[in-house]
Amino acid sequence: MKLFEYRGKELFNKYGIEVPKGNLVNTEKDFSKLNFPLVLKAQVPIGGRGKAGGIKTVKNLKEAKEKLSKILGMDIRSYRVGKVLAEEMADIKKEMYLSISLDRSKRMPLIMASASGGMDIESVPDEQIFKEWVNPLIGIQDFNIRSINSKLKLDKEQSKELGKVLSKIYRLFREYDCELVEINPLIIKGDGGVMALDSKVIINDDAMYRHQDIEPELVELTPLEKDAKEKGIAFVQLGGNIGVIANGAGLTMATLDALTHFKGNGGVFLDLGGTDDPEKVKQAFELMKKAKPKVIFLNLFGGITKCDTVAKGVKEVITKEGIDCPVITRIKGCNEKEAKEILKDAGLITGATLQDAAQKSSDLAR
Amino acid sequence: MAVFADEKNKVLVQGATGHQGVFHIGEMLDFGTKVVAGVTPGKVGQKVHGVPIFNNVQDGVDATSANTSLVLVPARFAKDAVFEALDAGIKTLVVITENIPFHDAMEFVHYGKYKDAVIIGPNCPGIASPGKAKIGILPGQIFRKGHVGVASRSGTLTYEIVNSLTEKGIGQSTCIGLGGDPIIGTTFIDALDAFEKDKETKSIVLVGEIGGTAEEEAAEYIKKYVSKPVYAFIAGRTAPPGKRMGHAGAIIARGKGTAESKIKAFEKAEVKLTKFPTDIADLIEK
Repeated sequence: MKLFEYRGKELFNKYGIEVPKGNLVNTEKDFSKLNFPLVLKAQVPIGGRGKAGGIKTVKNLKEAKEKLSKILGMDIRSYRVGKVLAEEMADIKKEMYLSISLDRSKRMPLIMASASGGMDIESVPDEQIFKEWVNPLIGIQDFNIRSINSKLKLDKEQSKELGKVLSKIYRLFREYDCELVEINPLIIKGDGGVMALDSKVIINDDAMYRHQDIEPELVELTPLEKDAKEKGIAFVQLGGNIGVIANGAGLTMATLDALTHFKGNGGVFLDLGGTDDPEKVKQAFELMKKAKPKVIFLNLFGGITKCDTVAKGVKEVITKEGIDCPVITRIKGCNEKEAKEILKDAGLITGATLQDAAQKSSDLAR
Repeated sequence: MAVFADEKNKVLVQGATGHQGVFHIGEMLDFGTKVVAGVTPGKVGQKVHGVPIFNNVQDGVDATSANTSLVLVPARFAKDAVFEALDAGIKTLVVITENIPFHDAMEFVHYGKYKDAVIIGPNCPGIASPGKAKIGILPGQIFRKGHVGVASRSGTLTYEIVNSLTEKGIGQSTCIGLGGDPIIGTTFIDALDAFEKDKETKSIVLVGEIGGTAEEEAAEYIKKYVSKPVYAFIAGRTAPPGKRMGHAGAIIARGKGTAESKIKAFEKAEVKLTKFPTDIADLIEK
């Protein structure tokens, strides 16, 4: 779960990492505790808000009200801005980059630091990014911190301050099951202190159960995706008009790829997973119907999951509730004959192979 | 020979008395796997398909000399279960459980290294060496004994590919489901290393997908160390960036993990790629 900047900063506060004084603003009185000039920052779960006009500096209340009304409700890459954070200006002496992420290859927390902060880290050349891996069983040690400090070429006082911040964000990263904690920029202030001007915190969804203090806010999902998530169904909305239902994430992806090959356009990724529970199959079809695809392509491979039990669920949905778009099926594997028998009279179009079914689906969706 | 799983594995099942445990103990026994013990706290004295159940892993190991564990416990208890098995001296672990927090997996994968154990998964279907043993939940009927080694990040897609091999009379030495999570114990490189050394394996099939850089690293490894022919399929060529495609690990993040990058890397390593999963069988047949 991606946290909004202001919520990430609440966590920074909790761990004693200094952030600018600020609060969410909506009306005039929300500015009463803050000293101008201020920075107004649109709270969105995606990058690039600065370029899109989602960050503005304001000198007084009049200007603040004017800019606030422009930012609230603005669309940033199709995301509607609902919250704006106002912060006091910081005294920036130096900008740096600091993050901790999960290194999938080494299977360790990876600290990345750079003396070039404030810009998109993707655009910073590799040789200017310093990396340090932490053994998850022993946690961050002084030698890790010394190593980063020496690479960043900081003076003694700055090194001490950065070391403290590193220890704190490492604790936050581990204790809150983070996939990513990124501070860009992390600044050294005129008075020598270190402050986080931005925050990007992603918490691992699978670990949310042990972080009851974090209120779930699935901002990056569409309403249907949220609905699916609550039902425990892997469901992703895409740009096209063909809804794909398959069992297993890899097979579902491969099905979408096959459609593209035949110039079809996948509109929904729906992975049934290992289930053959008719109730779950029914829920999956209901979700799919709400996404209004032009064609539904059901691709099943039966292993432990028996094709015929899934087919029973499918038949029930189609005969009882009806479905107003063509359904193409391709069924293979355990109990495939029984499954085909069950679906024989349901008015579905069958494909002999993945390619055949993908071709038929793509043609029908055109 | 086969890799990671053969007749020497004496399997203990953690989470043995639940619906999944009971069903898969039966399936594994049918496949010929030596399932010797089950563990469910408080259920000592019970039997599942004749397999004795113990309260903890150490008791099971002491009574049966089990050297392998199949972990079927729910995600919240999985880290504890893996630590328990490693401390009881288990050397091969297959972790089926899905939705294990990444930080938990990171910890037990590292602990496993210090214990010299092989950990397969999490979020995987397990491993099968036809004619020898199956440790996991893969459907037994799709396999046939032979010489193709398969390693995959996906479950059903692997079944599909294995099934198409078997239909053409092409058998398999070992089939490893590596798991769909970002943090997994056994990687493509570990599998390639094992298959390269295995006399029974004549060719290798890798099934990859978007997310991470495991395929790119495998490609580098193949260039340097693998002499056997390698075939591959990559799922997710049309997946958009930033979206998790069913698997926790299947996500293009910060420009990394695209199918194009993986395909390019494999092409450079002279790995033969196919557009459709079942085409791999045709390619090997030729």
